[in-house]
Amino acid sequence: MADKETYNYTVVRQFAIMTIVWGVVGMLVGVVIASQMAWPALNFDTPWLTFGRLRPLHTNAVIFAFGGSALFATSYYIVQRTCHARLFAGRLAAFTFWGWQLVILSAAITLPLGITTSKEYAELEWPIDILITLVWVSYAIVFFGTIVKRKTPHIYVANWFFGAFILVVALLHVVNSAAIPVSLFKSYSVYSGAQDAMVQWWYGHNAVGFFLTAGFLGMMYYFVPKQANRPVYSYRLSVVHFWALIFTYIWAGPHHLHYTALPDWTQSLGMVFSLILLAPSWGGMINGIMTLSGAWQKLRTDPILRFLIVSVSFYGMSTFEGPMMAIKTVNALSHYTDWTIGHVHSGALGWVAMISMGAMYYLIPRLFDRKIYSVQLIEIHFWLATLGIVLYVASMWVSGVMQGLMWRAVNADGTLTYSFVESVQALHPFYIVRFLGGTFFLVGMLVMAYNIWRTVEGAKPAIAAIPAPAH
Amino acid sequence: MADFTSEFWNWFIIIPVVAGFIFCLFLIIWMSGGTPTGAKAKPTGHVWDEDLQELNNPLPGWWVNLFYITIAFGAIYLVLYPGLGSYEGLLGWTSQGRYEKEIKAADKKFGPIYKAYAQVNLRTLVHDAKAMKTGQRLFTNYCTICHGSDAGGAPGFPSLTDSSWLYGGEPEQIKQSIMNGRSGVMPAWEPALGAKGVHEVGEYVISLSGRKVHISAAEAGEKRFMAMCAACHGKDGKGNIAIGAPDLTDNTWLYGGSQKTINESIAKGRGGKMPAHKDFLGADKVHLLAAYIYSLSQ
Repeated sequence: MADKETYNYTVVRQFAIMTIVWGVVGMLVGVVIASQMAWPALNFDTPWLTFGRLRPLHTNAVIFAFGGSALFATSYYIVQRTCHARLFAGRLAAFTFWGWQLVILSAAITLPLGITTSKEYAELEWPIDILITLVWVSYAIVFFGTIVKRKTPHIYVANWFFGAFILVVALLHVVNSAAIPVSLFKSYSVYSGAQDAMVQWWYGHNAVGFFLTAGFLGMMYYFVPKQANRPVYSYRLSVVHFWALIFTYIWAGPHHLHYTALPDWTQSLGMVFSLILLAPSWGGMINGIMTLSGAWQKLRTDPILRFLIVSVSFYGMSTFEGPMMAIKTVNALSHYTDWTIGHVHSGALGWVAMISMGAMYYLIPRLFDRKIYSVQLIEIHFWLATLGIVLYVASMWVSGVMQGLMWRAVNADGTLTYSFVESVQALHPFYIVRFLGGTFFLVGMLVMAYNIWRTVEGAKPAIAAIPAPAH
Repeated sequence: MADFTSEFWNWFIIIPVVAGFIFCLFLIIWMSGGTPTGAKAKPTGHVWDEDLQELNNPLPGWWVNLFYITIAFGAIYLVLYPGLGSYEGLLGWTSQGRYEKEIKAADKKFGPIYKAYAQVNLRTLVHDAKAMKTGQRLFTNYCTICHGSDAGGAPGFPSLTDSSWLYGGEPEQIKQSIMNGRSGVMPAWEPALGAKGVHEVGEYVISLSGRKVHISAAEAGEKRFMAMCAACHGKDGKGNIAIGAPDLTDNTWLYGGSQKTINESIAKGRGGKMPAHKDFLGADKVHLLAAYIYSLSQ
């Protein structure tokens, strides 16, 4: 059968296009809520436009819709190309696409209606959670099935990271979302009190660690060497940092709950393992950046490579900042302030979004057998995105540290120097800068959408034959 | 042991933590051999997707050292601080202990300031500008969330700047309100009065502060008022500070003075809650705060 000798690009194409669509949607909602932070009247007193309902819509749209679609697209592409095998169970793969889009659509409807479990990054109610589980199990079957039927003797490093990401996210989702339904749209978590908080942040931090890190490292390990046309810097570094990363990340959750009702021993372990996480994280950054050694000049001419390398640099910065913020003494200042928001966005915009954009610029022309419409527009996108990130992150750092210092300032008589509302007032200019940064980033994404639209407009799907493995 | 139901869970934590440290060290040592730094690294020989290859460069020395340092820091930290199951750590540190220590230090440092103020009569303290400045800071942090930063109140939360006091405006009475809190209860009268009765009583209540009403409805309301409301609000409607029943004749309205809101108060009742601050702030700070709040209406 001729069908057997080509790669399954259909599902990759679908996810790749939806990555762009959901990127625009998710970032737009982000800009809307950023504007509400600066000018609260912009919720127009309409319940479904309020910050409380749109914020989870923003996080779900950028993490699971944009990031998730990018992960599906790239993992399906990479696992086929590096295994020299067509995707296992094509129909199941198609189900993962339609199922995942249905999950996103349900989220986009239920969250503005105020239907929520109130668990951060796991707000979706139980019927949607069940659909996520079905999609995810199918994803695992398709991915690992393809690994099993690979023609190459060794499993490529990108696939280790995708594999870890798929397995751990399944575990996190099932454990954290365990709930007792009371009606179609309402359920109660099976956990309560400090345990609930601990399970929630075990999930929450590993959503960062496995969804937003391990998965995207898988992307990095394919697209950086491909685009740079250089071998990966160090195999043994990837072995050490892979195993150390996946072991250590699992423990880091309690750093979200420093100085709370969580037992002291749990907080200590969370802090210690967050610190140990620094070197394993940087292992990935070194492997990404050093892959370029000997080909640095390409950065000057290749905006796609620039997206990829800048994203790896942001990965390095965020994974330095994270362990520092996990130290209890630092956390005492940074916790509950905008510093956290700045940290998250240096990772989310700088690392996750930038690497996804670079990957899509590489991938989409190949999926449609077309050249990219305009390299210049990629260049413009790169600068818009970079400027947006700098404005966003810098404003949140300043406002976060200022907030923390204002909250702890004490007068000679022992009273607090500032009332809470004074600290809120002081944030206003920084919220405007943050809104501008977000707007730049969104405009960049719109430029990308236009560029991609012009690239794929009227194109026929590419058909790629599976070559024999080299060894 | 407090956090664990049995010894099993204690070891359930300790063993994976220690094993994890050993695992990380093993990984580094295992992968540290081979090509010396500086030599040209060779590819592993594996090829994927036509041209994907891997070099086998040695682990960067500075990176390995960084890894060792964080592992050593972690190990020392877990010897000194609680972390390994129910092991308490050499320093005997607990977050509860640290909190108590900080509170004690703050009390020692700032306590005398408030103790000195507490010796001064409330009426005298009002004239101490420095004391009032501190009182204002306390007010800004503890009271404004309900009573507003101008102390002007909000629906359900009384203004502290006027002469109308639910529980009395003498400094001692204000102090009492802050120390032990207050709990105001207006029962729901709709079941007893019916919709018509609520309307009539509402008309009468409005008439008490000199506003225009339907005479006949107000007259009917007056009879009901005397029977049902006067016990708390008084026959003259001037209220009772002993139970916090508001004066209905002064045109100051805790929940709003429109006919609709007044009828709602009568029909559905109201529950007001001022929390007790005795244990939270301590008697000395409450004393100063009472003087400050008293000063607002002077």
